[in-house]
Amino acid sequence: MSRQSFSGLSLIWRGLSKHRGWQQQWRKPEPKARYDAVIVGGGGHGLGAAYYLAKEHGMTNIAVLEKGWIGGGNTGRNTTIIRSNYLFNESAALYDHAVKLWEGLSQSLNYNVMFSPRGVMMLAHTVHDIQVFKRHVHANRCNGVDNEWLEPAEAKEFCPLLNISDDIRYPVLGAALQRRGGTARHDAVAWGYARAADALGVDIIENCEVTGFRRGANGIEAVETTRGVIQSRKVGVSAAGNTSVIMALAGVHVPLESYPLQALVSEPVKPIFPCVVMSNTIHAYISQSDKGEMVIGAGTDAYTSYTQRGALHVNMHTLDAICELFPNFRRLRMLRNWGGIVDVTPDRSPIIAKTEVPGLYVNCGWGTGGFKATPGSAHVFAWTIAHDEPHPINAPFTIERFRDGYLIDEAAAAAVAH
Amino acid sequence: MLLIVCPYCGKRPELEFTYGGQAHLTRPRQPSQLDDQAWAEFLYMRTNTKGVYAERWRHARGCGRFFNALRDTTTDHFLAFYKTGEAQPVLATPPDQRAQPASSAPPAPPAPPGPGGRSA
Repeated sequence: MSRQSFSGLSLIWRGLSKHRGWQQQWRKPEPKARYDAVIVGGGGHGLGAAYYLAKEHGMTNIAVLEKGWIGGGNTGRNTTIIRSNYLFNESAALYDHAVKLWEGLSQSLNYNVMFSPRGVMMLAHTVHDIQVFKRHVHANRCNGVDNEWLEPAEAKEFCPLLNISDDIRYPVLGAALQRRGGTARHDAVAWGYARAADALGVDIIENCEVTGFRRGANGIEAVETTRGVIQSRKVGVSAAGNTSVIMALAGVHVPLESYPLQALVSEPVKPIFPCVVMSNTIHAYISQSDKGEMVIGAGTDAYTSYTQRGALHVNMHTLDAICELFPNFRRLRMLRNWGGIVDVTPDRSPIIAKTEVPGLYVNCGWGTGGFKATPGSAHVFAWTIAHDEPHPINAPFTIERFRDGYLIDEAAAAAVAH
Repeated sequence: MLLIVCPYCGKRPELEFTYGGQAHLTRPRQPSQLDDQAWAEFLYMRTNTKGVYAERWRHARGCGRFFNALRDTTTDHFLAFYKTGEAQPVLATPPDQRAQPASSAPPAPPAPPGPGGRSA
């Protein structure tokens, strides 16, 4: 089907003609009786998987089933930080695969996802932090991932608002900087993938909740949904915080726990914050959106939940840290806060794998940091579904690693949630 | 913030507690006879229930003791608190048919729930 192409010229032309004639971005099709593959979950990872299945593996008779609206889950709720400075080889390969795809994503999708590699700076506040971050810098460089160590004065030069004085509770002792890291526009990622997948023939079916699976002797045969039974011999589940629930319908247990994770934004202000700053030790994650809001990520609540909301004291803990690091923000008013449900694995690394049920695949366990991996995760998940075997990059990220003892223990490496 | 009823100390804010995860997990009695799959189940697999979930809490900044609770993970309402070693209370009605969440009627603070009873 012919699809409007976006460009600067088309924007100017439509602007001059009173913005008439913009096409619908994707269709609202009724579900067909049979697909070659079905993706459960219409977030960035699921829509991206459908896009790469259609674009790179020639499977165009596929559907994405979303129980709400696309991008309404964690894709639309996260703080959009993108980086790949993970310690272990397996993680560095996976996350850097994503960063490389981010770099050309707007062009590939013909949709501006506003990828902005403005640099991600992670602050060190203790001697232990310094040692761990320098180890990360060296490990990353061995893996071809850029990361560099900054002394406090250099950190302040990179982010002038940063308070590097000695008289705060946890003084800044240095920082690790990944210049290729940054942010992207989260909604645009979902919309861009949806539009590009739809153009290749993928059916995006919203308001369609999966209620069961039909299994035969050879594995998955169909998906039962609130909009009828859909036949498919390949089903990829990409359902974030609700993955345990979906997989239980198929009788598959995954080592996940679902926790609330919150974020908040301030009132919009003029451009003042040139990068992303993270502090794992005192728990502060902050950047400035293109609208001008300071986007702040809080931590997970202590307990498992599916409520998509968390407690205020978790946000306050983060704001305490922000106000100490950036005293200029003490009088900034917070505009909105919200929560999402994140699926956390025991080793804080994702699972992108085949399951014990033939034809059933799962992409889950991204915990608190799945957005950064969206293109890479979707790309290797599509490969896994198309070939019925993992791509070399996601081969280590199996469910069986917990049985076999091959953990990819980023939890121990950083001692915080990601 | 959750209000949590410690069976020993009464109703306290969540800040006084640490979370202990899924309740009623018992360490295998014959560890040497377990295969890798069984160990993985014990160490890593949790039910991650969407609905009524039996979980452990510890009154870390109070009496220091562990106890169990039933909580609906779709609403975060507590349905019962009970001491470690007591059986999981049986709820009379499923939580989605409950007009008034039980957590809105907590008991007098020092009174611990009886075995099998619903405390708060």
